[in-house]
Amino acid sequence: MRAYIRSAASISAQNTFGNVLFLEELIEYQSSRLKVIEPDYRNYIDPKLIRRMSRIIRMGVAAAKECLQQGNVTQPDAIITGTAYGCLEDTGVFLSRMIEQQEEALSPTAFIQSTHNTVAAQIALMLQCHQYNNTFVHKGFSFESALLDAVMLLQEQEAKNILVGAADELTDASFAILNRFDPYKKEAVSNLNLYQSNSPGTIAGEGTAFFLLGADSAPNDLAVLEGLETFYKPTTADEIAQRIQQFLSANDLKPEYIDVVLTGKNGDRQTAQSIDEWTEQLFSSDKVINYKHLSGEYPTASSFALWLAVNMVKQQLIPKGVSKADNHKSIKRILIANQYKNKYYSLMLVSAV
Amino acid sequence: MSSNVYIAGLGVISGIGNNVAEHLASFEKGEAGMADITLLKTRYQQEIPVAEVKLTNTQLAEKAGMPDKLSRTALLSMIAAKEALADAAIENITSWRTGFVSANTVGGMDKTEDFFAEFLNDPQSGDLQNVVNHECGSVTELVADSLGIQNYVTTISTACSSSANAIFYGARLIRNGLLDVVVAGGVDSLTRFTLNGFNTLMILDRQFCKPFDENRQGLNLGEGAGYLVLVSEKVAESLTKKPYARLSGYQNSNDAYHQTASSPDGTGPYLAMKGALEKSCLKPTDIDYINLHGTGTNNNDQSEGIAVKRLFDPVYPKMSSTKSFTGHTLGASGGVEAVFSVLAIQHGIIYPNLRFDTPMHELPFTPAREFMNGQQVNHVMSNSFGFGGNCTSLIFSKI
Repeated sequence: MRAYIRSAASISAQNTFGNVLFLEELIEYQSSRLKVIEPDYRNYIDPKLIRRMSRIIRMGVAAAKECLQQGNVTQPDAIITGTAYGCLEDTGVFLSRMIEQQEEALSPTAFIQSTHNTVAAQIALMLQCHQYNNTFVHKGFSFESALLDAVMLLQEQEAKNILVGAADELTDASFAILNRFDPYKKEAVSNLNLYQSNSPGTIAGEGTAFFLLGADSAPNDLAVLEGLETFYKPTTADEIAQRIQQFLSANDLKPEYIDVVLTGKNGDRQTAQSIDEWTEQLFSSDKVINYKHLSGEYPTASSFALWLAVNMVKQQLIPKGVSKADNHKSIKRILIANQYKNKYYSLMLVSAV
Repeated sequence: MSSNVYIAGLGVISGIGNNVAEHLASFEKGEAGMADITLLKTRYQQEIPVAEVKLTNTQLAEKAGMPDKLSRTALLSMIAAKEALADAAIENITSWRTGFVSANTVGGMDKTEDFFAEFLNDPQSGDLQNVVNHECGSVTELVADSLGIQNYVTTISTACSSSANAIFYGARLIRNGLLDVVVAGGVDSLTRFTLNGFNTLMILDRQFCKPFDENRQGLNLGEGAGYLVLVSEKVAESLTKKPYARLSGYQNSNDAYHQTASSPDGTGPYLAMKGALEKSCLKPTDIDYINLHGTGTNNNDQSEGIAVKRLFDPVYPKMSSTKSFTGHTLGASGGVEAVFSVLAIQHGIIYPNLRFDTPMHELPFTPAREFMNGQQVNHVMSNSFGFGGNCTSLIFSKI
């Protein structure tokens, strides 16, 4: 498979959106919850609409529009999104009012916007795009499912340009509830020292990233997506190493042909053990880098990883604060080997054009 | 890429039956599933009729072979998916690459709304077991784990077209050579969240719904699950039982008109039906039966009706909305109605559109009013349209 990535846009906890230098300065947080830096939405969305939209819809729609602008496409042939939690803010608002008002005198707005396909639907509505429109909601595989759908549509010659992305938001309520399951660090930790924390838990994140995929190469392509695979509940690091080797062989590659490996390490001590094991088995340590200290951990964080990988191969640069050492070698191929909750593993092979 | 995808197994549960056989019996008797609410705890118990599956969670759990503390959504899903797999009777299923592609709109919301009431009082209270499976994907995963399906599992949520999209995504996974067998469809259980949501939109009929009737007053909500076992040509050849039908056409189009309302000229529905026909290489006159989306709301039936008129005029196939039996099962409806569509081909039957009385003034056609058997049903179109303009049509064809 080859899907050409024409453009990419991300709204994250770092300065990643719009006309900014590629992660020139990293933002440090001393908190277990990273919030996205919201852009001025008026550049993307009618102010009247902004007021009605919840945060996830605003950021999803803005990222989608920025991505289309960068890719110079006004009408994609398909719009596909992934979201694990969907529109949590609107869901929470409707749920709270329903309970507090004992099912009486409710307004429909929050309910209308609570459906998981709202971001994809709002994009279609703004573009007046009648084409294929789909939304995947499968936990740590939500974005990967959307991406697979896009890749299949390209292969089926059903579409030439596809807008595909992911969005997940964290709300006060969802953070409070998720926190009771103990996934996040108890102590204050700097995101820039996340991997040195050596304690249980990670830092919570949220964000959106959109990509324009094309079936054929075009002059300004950023990168090429050459492979995509998911696997569920691997039991050992050996099994993960084996899956990665199979994935690489299927693409006629060996571990040594990979220039950068982007792992799903998230600061959790136990998760790190398994990742250290399979990376040591397959790759020299100077190639292995991580990204979740930038984005925080969330089910569709792999979309941020893809945004990062695409920019690294395009700009031939591993930003300071991402690489371990100065690395001046050329970057031909990046393997994203994400994990979420040690259960959802995904592999994406991103190569230079 | 031109390979066929066959339907080898069916499973369904809704307000009119707990399995395929009970559904066929209810259709033949003309028995609708709507009644006063008895299981869902809501202030609207005496006011708004719905089509509940008439089993408690404990009874469902027993049938599903799952713990009764799980979301009703997972229990309904498991029962229908298990029936579909048993029906397909694929020997050595573990030797094939098998996937589960399910759909729902509110995941484990039935449990979340219990949790949330306590959580709102005190952020440290509320049983976490009631919220751990809130996500749509969790419901799918609980069922996939119980079925032992691991090769590929995912969930789609495009409002009321969710499971139609799951079915055709599943078929494409097979056509692209990624899987051999896919259990595809969807589920939703009744929740206060959706009941109140639809109630605020003022589209819930206080009587039993009358789809495609001039005097229709809205929809009745239902709950249920419907799954197809989709198989590749290679798997189909290995089966002792002949598959029921093949999925010959599908199309996903967006109305791009309004977040919840359908366009008056039926753009999305028209494009979905037209695209599905093109993909199946069929002419409008080849379609023998349309299982309409037909919710019974003023807006849907008008929009869908105009789209049918634009595409089929002047020769109309038989049509009906089986939501007049099952209510609108939301994210499950595409799966539930795909099962009905395949059964129409298998048994040569047409379902009646219950309570139809007065034709819509803007439409030159009327839906079927009687249960008919002994029909030649070669090609069936199934429509599913949802919030967000998500419109999907599927076409099933006789082998």
